[in-house]
Amino acid sequence: MTPKPGTLIEVRDLVVTRAGRRILEVDELSIRRGETLAIVGPNGAGKSTLLLALAGLLRPDRGSIVVEGVAVVPARDLAYRRRIGLVFPAPLLLSTSVFGNVAAGLRFRGVGSAETRERVEHWLERLAIVHLRDRPASQLSSGEAQRTSLARALVLDPQVLLLDEPFVALDSATRAQLLDDFERLRIEVPTTRVLVTHHLHEAVRLGDGLAILLDGRIRQCDTPERVMASPIDADVATLVKTEARVRGHVVASEDGLVVVDTGAGSRRDVEGRARRLLGTMRATGRAAPDDDTGVAGGP
Amino acid sequence: MSSDLVEITLLSLAVSGAATLVSLLIGLPIGTWLALKRFRSRHLVLSVVNTGMALPPVVAGLFIAVLLWRSGILGGLGLMYTPGAMVIAEVVIATPIVIGLTVAGLGQLDPRLELQLQGLGASRRQTVWWLWREARLPLLAAVMAAFGSVISEVGAAMMVGGNIAHETRVLTTAIVLETGRGEFGNAIVLGFVLMALAFIINGVLTWAQQRGPRR
Repeated sequence: MTPKPGTLIEVRDLVVTRAGRRILEVDELSIRRGETLAIVGPNGAGKSTLLLALAGLLRPDRGSIVVEGVAVVPARDLAYRRRIGLVFPAPLLLSTSVFGNVAAGLRFRGVGSAETRERVEHWLERLAIVHLRDRPASQLSSGEAQRTSLARALVLDPQVLLLDEPFVALDSATRAQLLDDFERLRIEVPTTRVLVTHHLHEAVRLGDGLAILLDGRIRQCDTPERVMASPIDADVATLVKTEARVRGHVVASEDGLVVVDTGAGSRRDVEGRARRLLGTMRATGRAAPDDDTGVAGGP
Repeated sequence: MSSDLVEITLLSLAVSGAATLVSLLIGLPIGTWLALKRFRSRHLVLSVVNTGMALPPVVAGLFIAVLLWRSGILGGLGLMYTPGAMVIAEVVIATPIVIGLTVAGLGQLDPRLELQLQGLGASRRQTVWWLWREARLPLLAAVMAAFGSVISEVGAAMMVGGNIAHETRVLTTAIVLETGRGEFGNAIVLGFVLMALAFIINGVLTWAQQRGPRR
């Protein structure tokens, strides 16, 4: 298979079943080199399963994952696994010091002790945990532990960094701080990243691309702006919108002003709100005024 | 008595130590495989292992005696009534304990830890080593349980060793003999030596178990 220009990972026809139930079915997914692809979906949508498949840690029932034109051999491909970094929602640190944890992946690769020390120190400093260097992992706060987990993946200089809800177990203050750090790193270290989250705002903030995963299927994959502005169907619109959806009849749309007759009276919206509203209507193909089966959003 | 006591104590230590070591070499890989693999008859295999953990030493001794008896399948080896036969019988007793406690110990770890290690680029061998390291408390408990079961058992040692003076007499079989003779003082001394030995070995293992950073 010839990869598309700029594509690092291509997923084709991937099917994963558990206990006879199809939990993941991805017809096609391309991840470009250097991009951060955010995968968003509700709990149980198959996000973590997709990430494990991308990590080569899961044997799918069908399909292929091709990285730079070479198919990944599921669950066996040590060479591929040594090109990725993987961060789980829980830090899953080893019973050793912070240094020992961050150095673990390098030691697995047989990197020399001098180089290991240098690389580990660098990432401990960048993630502001250098003062915790010799502390046992069991004595870390949740934020410190997750920073250690991120450092442990980043120190490997992975070609692809796979992040499974890395901020989910953190309190809101630590989460906000780590999100800031992550955003900074995203600019400074141009690695290809796949971020799984069920928080849309994280995905929009950190993702160059946004894939919406519902019931094991990728319903839409585009830039966050386009997905937010033009959800492809009602389910995606429901996921990306916070407004209640109201069936209505579009009376007028002019100069950013929209008038919707919901049957229980007219609604009027201006500028920004109207733009979001039109996005929802486009999603259902009902953008034109006087369309009597249109869908509008906003209570 | 004192030179005999040293000889009996050293033989007890040698037989129990060798049996524990061999049971670890067999039980640890099998227990690890059972803990990490999912297959259809896994529950059945685990039930057999757990039953084996409660195997009465005298029954293990009986099976090994049947095999090693002159007319038995392994009779040609001439191992009956030798320390070698005692080690084999005690390996049969200790191995299910090692397997069962290894499965339980590794089963306590977060199942995602194996994936995390692999995601960090660990080879199969490195993954298993780190899982053992993470489960070292229960695994050292398995070593202690295995050693405890073999140093204290008497039925199998008597049946396949025969309690022959200067050849196969160990602390437990000597205690039985001295008690039978009415030499309670000797039996009590042997009993204290046995307990002291168990205490020292378990003390060392407990120290190894508890040192280092805790989770």
